[in-house]
Amino acid sequence: MAQYNLQINGRSYTADVEADTPLLWVLRDSLGLVGTKFGCGIAQCGACTVHLNGNAVRSCTLPVSAVGTNKITTIEGLSATGEHPVQMAWKEVDVPQCGYCQAGQIMSATALLSKNPSPTTEQIDTAMNGNICRCGTYHRIREAIVLASTKMK
Amino acid sequence: MSTLLKTSRRDFMKLAASASGGLMIGFHWTSSAATSLMEVVDGSAVAAGTVDFNSYLAISSEGVITILSPNPELGQNIKTSFPMIVAEELDADWSKVKVVQAVLDSKKFERQVTGGSGAVPHSWERLRKAGATARHMLVDAASKRWNVPATSLTTENSMVVHAESGKKLSYGELAVEASRVPVPAEVKLKDKKDFKLIGKAVANVDNHEMVTGMPLYGSDFYREGMLHAMIQRPESFGKKIKSVDSAAAKAMPGIVDVVTFKNNVAVVGKSTWQVNKARKLLKIEYESEGAIESTTDHDKLFKELLASQDASKVTVRRKDGDVDAAFKSAAKVITREYQCPFLSHAPMEPMNFFAHVRPDGVELVGPTQTPEMARNETAKLLGISPYQITLELTRLGGGFGRRLKADYVLEAAELSSIIKAPVKVIWTREDDMGGGSYRPAVRYRFDAALDAAGNLIGYKLRGVGINAGNPTREDNFPSGSVENLLIDSVEHKSPITTGPWRAPITNFLAFAEQAFLDEVAMASKKDPVKFRLELLEKAKKTPTGAIKYDIDRMKAVIELAAERSGWGTKKNVSQGFSVYFSHRSYVAQVAEVIKKGGKPVLSKIYAVADCGIVVNLSGAKQQVAGGVVDGLGHAMYSQVTFREGAAEQKNFNSYRLIRMKEVPDVEVSFVNNGIDPTGLGEPALPPTGGAVANAIFKATGKRLYNQPFAKQEEMKGVTLGERL
Repeated sequence: MAQYNLQINGRSYTADVEADTPLLWVLRDSLGLVGTKFGCGIAQCGACTVHLNGNAVRSCTLPVSAVGTNKITTIEGLSATGEHPVQMAWKEVDVPQCGYCQAGQIMSATALLSKNPSPTTEQIDTAMNGNICRCGTYHRIREAIVLASTKMK
Repeated sequence: MSTLLKTSRRDFMKLAASASGGLMIGFHWTSSAATSLMEVVDGSAVAAGTVDFNSYLAISSEGVITILSPNPELGQNIKTSFPMIVAEELDADWSKVKVVQAVLDSKKFERQVTGGSGAVPHSWERLRKAGATARHMLVDAASKRWNVPATSLTTENSMVVHAESGKKLSYGELAVEASRVPVPAEVKLKDKKDFKLIGKAVANVDNHEMVTGMPLYGSDFYREGMLHAMIQRPESFGKKIKSVDSAAAKAMPGIVDVVTFKNNVAVVGKSTWQVNKARKLLKIEYESEGAIESTTDHDKLFKELLASQDASKVTVRRKDGDVDAAFKSAAKVITREYQCPFLSHAPMEPMNFFAHVRPDGVELVGPTQTPEMARNETAKLLGISPYQITLELTRLGGGFGRRLKADYVLEAAELSSIIKAPVKVIWTREDDMGGGSYRPAVRYRFDAALDAAGNLIGYKLRGVGINAGNPTREDNFPSGSVENLLIDSVEHKSPITTGPWRAPITNFLAFAEQAFLDEVAMASKKDPVKFRLELLEKAKKTPTGAIKYDIDRMKAVIELAAERSGWGTKKNVSQGFSVYFSHRSYVAQVAEVIKKGGKPVLSKIYAVADCGIVVNLSGAKQQVAGGVVDGLGHAMYSQVTFREGAAEQKNFNSYRLIRMKEVPDVEVSFVNNGIDPTGLGEPALPPTGGAVANAIFKATGKRLYNQPFAKQEEMKGVTLGERL
């Protein structure tokens, strides 16, 4: 066990965990940030997506010891009130069915739009291909990303 | 009763109490006599907890309308559509309605279940009555206050209006008085043409919580002092534990205990990751206790069972006319076989449940499609009364039938009873795919006899499956349209556990049947749409045996799908048709394959559904689109194979689910026939495989018989979803 100081959502957190603990389980078990979901544990489904310095990463395979002073953003930290343009678009398009994968989808989408504010359909498909939605809300995810892109302009 | 139920009630009461009085109607959502069982309770009675109620419609003096939703929500959108039905008859201002998930209470709720696409059909009228009764009482209260006849009053947006004088009162202002007027014995429901909310696109009531990452799911449940556990189950079906060496696991940091019960070795500790790591150090020896089966055995077995003449094994499901004579006299006989693999349900949220077994009662929290069954089985396991158990329903991160089973609830309860501590058991994806429950593998053989004029004069279907029960739907179309028909089945019992998987049986049977009928239509030299319509016409004019589907409804979806897709009118587009009746609803689909750079691409699927009245247009459209994506994805990519009793695919790197790139456009329409809702959670899935396979045949001349399609030679060169 060791102490890790983590910069998450603009705040400083301390976790006393083993070095190989994936960031996912530090967020969920130690810090009570449960918006980031466990889906596969092998970086195949995207449910655990968070931002590491603005880049979408799979927290289920990112050991806490590798995070260092890098800035982490989780779904809880995307905006103070849930009014990030991507979150607003998700609500407007009424994307979620069961909703379990949607935090990961939103984190992948926001990372894409922050780098490419006007993605083509192909670029959206490519950026989102690592996120599985078992309910099949892909059409609405795509539609919401396009809508968010117009909102962010 | 436990703290939790009290807490839930108190939370709800707080809401009501903040109203400093108000109208509270305890109504039995699902009772067959909603009106007569309705009880009105005032705020003080509720606050004291003396009134025996469980589900309510509450209106506070501030005008907040609270509706409890009893059924498990797993993405079918029931938590939004149930309250919409109440709000419609109430003429409530939807923006001020608050929806609260109810805990399990089988004394008050009937059918607190998610399964079989049955919730809305079951509760439709009862929910309408509940809303209409409250509305009636509010109008009554206004009529007394203003001393005007109730017939001169109207309601809109949570207000009672007296048009003549221009007076208006809000429901909040009337709530206390309304709680004192007698409950009407009978209420008049709205004329369906006056619906204002039903049929509109209404956003999911949990959207904000879902897009901001708030705790909603079972796996999000944490409590001070709670332990975490993972369970090692046998990796092969047909094996049991011989010996366990847990010394190394027990010595790991954070591990509290390692417990063996039944065929389970549970590692209990302080965090998920510590438990996960320690579990890998378990040394468990297994020995055989039943048949150890592989997919290669099943492939051989299927062929034997399809040929079986052993009357003791074959179950005849339906027999009309003289099939042997029809086939003997046939000018042409077509025989085809179709096979599907086992599938994992693979909901995105892996199985999990929280249990705290105490001497004075049991607390269960988590995601289940069947809370009452889970509680009753837990009671049986622990030898206590079901009423000593409380079960709090969380949102479900998907179900697809996997959460109809209570195995993962029972494990958590048994473990908590052994370690005498609150514990949350969580499954890894590998646990779920490797040792859970599967859509049964099935093989079908279809035979059709045609006379010289191309008429279908004989039809045979045999279904053989692994723990599949009856793999046919003997009274579905085309039964009733063929004079000579035989449908039978043979089941193989296996240690591999199977269970209902979204649209049980029909999720593959529909593909097989609709692909077969496409070939039969071609052999009769008829257009596939015309061929189906002619069979339906025949079933209507000269029915053979029982017909348990509605011919006119099926005909209507076929015709509308043909119209919407421009069936047979498009150049350079290969179309495939499919239609299926499942549960209580009808869905027709047309898939389109285009050529891009000379290569076939599945580009679009039209879906036309008849589910009766659409309650929530947004939820319903997504339910159909999602069903199509689900049906396509599993027909294309997914399979679980077994080697010596062990699943060979255990995570998303080897078990393929459809991804965004592969999704074609989907256009959804509904038949508007005004009949009461008939359910939509499953019926959009079954027709997809057939429409897709038939379109691929049109484009490539190659027929698909086995799933997953992507593994078949015939699919080579065909791609999905690329845009023009």
